[in-house]
Amino acid sequence: MLSRTAENLFWIARYVERAETMARLLEVGARIALMPSAGHGYRSEWESLLQASGTAEGFAAKYGDPVQRNIESYLFFDRDNPSSVVSCIERARENARIVRTALTAQVWDALNMAFQEMRQLERKPRSSLELTDLTDWVNRTGAMVRGAIDATLLRNDGYDFLNLGFALERADNTARMIDVKYYVLLPSVDFVGTGLDNYQWQTLLRAMSAQRAFHWAYGGEITAAKIAHFLILNRESPRALITSTGAAMEHLDSLARKYHKSGPAQMRARALVAELAETRVEDIFEEGLHEFLTRFIRDVGELTDMVHTAYLSGDAR
Amino acid sequence: MTDYFNEMYDSGQVRAPYARLEDWMRAMPAELRQMKQAEAEALFRRIGITFAVYGEGGDPDRLIPFDMFPRVFTQNEWRRLEKGIKQRARALNAFLLDVYGRGEIVKAGKIPARLVYQNEAFERAVTGFTPPRGIYSHIVGIDLVRTGPEDFFVLEDNCRTPSGVSYMLENREIMMRMFPELFRENRIEPVDGYADALRRTLASVAPAKCDREPTIGILTPGHFNSAYYEHSFLADLMGVELVEGADLFVEGGFVWMRTTEGPRKLDVIYRRIDDAFLDPLCFRPDSMLGIPGLMDAYRSGGVSICSAPGAGVADDKAVYTFVPEMVRFYLGEEPILQNVPTWQCAKADDCKYVLEHLGELVVKEVHGSGGYGMLVGPKSTKEQIELFRLKIEENPENYIAQPTLALSTTPTFVEEGIAPRHVDLRPYCLVGEKIELVPGGLTRVALTEGSLVVNSSQGGGVKDTWVLAE
Amino acid sequence: MILTVDHVTTYQYDQPMRAAVQSLRLFPSRFDGQRAITWEVAVEGGLRGGAFRDGAGDKVEGWSLRGPVSEVTVTVRGQVETIDTAGVLRGHRETVSPFAYLRETAATWIDERVEALATEAVRGAESGLDRAHALARAVAEAIAYVPGATHAHTTAAEALAQGEGVCQDHAQALAAAARAVGMPARYVSGYLYARDDGAPHEAAHAWAEIWVEGIGWIGFDPANECCPDDRYIRLGSGLDAREAAPIKGIAQGLGEERLDVSVALEAVQQ
Repeated sequence: MLSRTAENLFWIARYVERAETMARLLEVGARIALMPSAGHGYRSEWESLLQASGTAEGFAAKYGDPVQRNIESYLFFDRDNPSSVVSCIERARENARIVRTALTAQVWDALNMAFQEMRQLERKPRSSLELTDLTDWVNRTGAMVRGAIDATLLRNDGYDFLNLGFALERADNTARMIDVKYYVLLPSVDFVGTGLDNYQWQTLLRAMSAQRAFHWAYGGEITAAKIAHFLILNRESPRALITSTGAAMEHLDSLARKYHKSGPAQMRARALVAELAETRVEDIFEEGLHEFLTRFIRDVGELTDMVHTAYLSGDAR
Repeated sequence: MTDYFNEMYDSGQVRAPYARLEDWMRAMPAELRQMKQAEAEALFRRIGITFAVYGEGGDPDRLIPFDMFPRVFTQNEWRRLEKGIKQRARALNAFLLDVYGRGEIVKAGKIPARLVYQNEAFERAVTGFTPPRGIYSHIVGIDLVRTGPEDFFVLEDNCRTPSGVSYMLENREIMMRMFPELFRENRIEPVDGYADALRRTLASVAPAKCDREPTIGILTPGHFNSAYYEHSFLADLMGVELVEGADLFVEGGFVWMRTTEGPRKLDVIYRRIDDAFLDPLCFRPDSMLGIPGLMDAYRSGGVSICSAPGAGVADDKAVYTFVPEMVRFYLGEEPILQNVPTWQCAKADDCKYVLEHLGELVVKEVHGSGGYGMLVGPKSTKEQIELFRLKIEENPENYIAQPTLALSTTPTFVEEGIAPRHVDLRPYCLVGEKIELVPGGLTRVALTEGSLVVNSSQGGGVKDTWVLAE
Repeated sequence: MILTVDHVTTYQYDQPMRAAVQSLRLFPSRFDGQRAITWEVAVEGGLRGGAFRDGAGDKVEGWSLRGPVSEVTVTVRGQVETIDTAGVLRGHRETVSPFAYLRETAATWIDERVEALATEAVRGAESGLDRAHALARAVAEAIAYVPGATHAHTTAAEALAQGEGVCQDHAQALAAAARAVGMPARYVSGYLYARDDGAPHEAAHAWAEIWVEGIGWIGFDPANECCPDDRYIRLGSGLDAREAAPIKGIAQGLGEERLDVSVALEAVQQ
């Protein structure tokens, strides 16, 4: 297929995934803001969130102080923010419009409908919109799109590029969200294991729609080690880094079979998954969670670049 | 000028092709009609046909009104039109082959050299190269109007990239979906063979250096273009690639698509962009849409471009006057379809006549399109006429004039019910190994009462066009 | 005369480019006044593309370079035998109608100054040939040869207004002036062998051709106030300098381009 078409498909998935992440981050922020804060005031927590989502500078330029209402506007509705939910949905739909003939009517309908609903949301007075309703809507939209893709799309290379987009974006986003919790939200290491620590973890799990799954898998006390295992190393966990990386590897392998050609991207993905498979939670904490995540985010970034070079850039030979 | 030919009723009688439609029309209650109209609109929106025809620009999300009342031709009427259209398409191509070669028609004094060689659409860069099968215009859109049972006139020719064919196909699709009974009762020739015929046509002009089943692509300016839907629709129907300039590059004298599996050779390009944007090395150096080196690949036989660069010299409004002459000169035949009598303001005598009769004439810019830059004398105010007088006097070469034609009407659903509205017709003639014409075309209708301007930018709509089987 | 040509053009980019494509009009025209004995055109590291001869008789060849490209070197080497045809382009095969050379371009726009110069110049001239000579003289007088006074995108009208320029400006101004009085005219690019006569010119050269009814295309070189003779090698033509450019190229990327040209013409001792 045309590299540009593959790129459009790849980005449809990435934008949908990113819109969900934004909504989930907003939810985390809103919940944590409800907590009596531990000496820092909620202002700094919001600031941390902005930093984690990579939107702090843009926000500061437009609004100055992080006030929750403005943050909600900026992360959800603001077209000046390229990562806002609205920007992501709009771009996902625009990418879909460009490659409509590579999609089924159901996939297009799901994306187009999301776009139309979003325009209606934008017209409503902001005060009538509950944040939880907004995030629910985003998650529902994501589910609709994924459902339509899984149920109706031909399993050709386009399917692989869509799923690569989902997997790589999710791997990156999950790592960032864990990092937000551990490195950014918690005021200092002294708080590890405290009530605040646990509350934040729960919030994070909830935002990832993974609270119940976690309890099924582990039960008992929430500990940092359990959560790290669940979100990083547990193949049963749909958002775990190993699961996302594994999905990326599968779809890269699928492409290699279809094209009868394997390259550095496949090798890199395999190496990443193999490394995660051999990693123990203790290793992660020994390295330092933040250091581990930073390295992982960089690795995923490099893998994404390799995918781009191999398939999307149009310079493949 | 009140005596318009009504294609359904002739002197109080229902004409044969419309006989069955009359019952259908009478049997449809107003509520049902409104419901169906809404349904049609929803269908169009859902498919996403919201583009402007004929490069009129404007809001890309604007829907062109669809009128459910079909326009009908008998087999006999169509046969004559078909012959005339094919004849004209052949003559136009013969003209292009000639003027990019030896220029016999100019040497024979049948058409002024200035009109050809100083024409903005004449591309010196393609002289000396003969495209496959000597064909320049592979899709010829000929705009026709009717003034009587036997009287058809050609309003203009479109040799470059006539648009709107997706309307022809979608209008039919929607009619069949909404009124299947009509298609059971009337035996209507299908138009859905168009995509296949277009693909065959394009494949038949593969370049000399192509030694296998040619790979075909539609070259679009991109998704911001108002006709993007049509481009992707046609690509999908034909099962060919939809490419933008950035998807292509030239190497080793061939054109290659950038794909996920590496470069893939492209043999035939059905381009929907203007000559000027094809290749920054050859035409506009500032073009961001073009493919550097494309014209070198084309002229050395590595790729075919449809329509051929330079095809536009055959369809400007000044050259139009000479098309009947082309038919005689190249084919040795009498033209089956008539031109609308045209005064060239470039000629002093003609110009004088035009200025004296502005109130009766339609004046058009030579290079204008889309119903802009046009004066419809009988429908204009004194001020508008005087303004045009100044424009013509300023630059007579830029204008031609034609009599106000009594465009035929067909019944059309309007607010108050059903009323006659003026229509024109654009069939799409395919020229490749064979000359093919699907039985149908795009009927445009002027929805405003009394209006003769059918352009969608000026309140025009579209209709399904039927040719009845025998 | 037998002339040897050694012409090297180098484009350097300060950062690697994604790819480069070129269209070369670097081949001696075939007409009675010249014949290539040997002629080689090559682009270092490039892939040769399609070649063809266009309706104006010019041979054009496409080349491409795969990225990353940081330098493009076009080398032309050859030997051409020339004879003096007094500027007349005799025996040149072309199919384009001369009428196609009446069109204005952005670079040869006919403004009032061009029109005035042309009308004034041909006043009293009887034959087409006289008119052409008169036009060439007028342009030569109107634009003094001053290297560096103009740039690649200077139009004919601008050069005339400025009164200074180089051969490109002379040629474009003459083409525009001829068209202004209804004579088909075109821009020609090529080489000029400099005898040690102290005349200021470069080996890469440009002049104009005017269509004279009854004779055909005739070259005029206002920069040297003569008609091309056996010191000239003709490469190609166009409506203006851009169209007739011996090398047209595009490199994709953000790098800045640096151009370096060296042309050496020598006469072979006989």
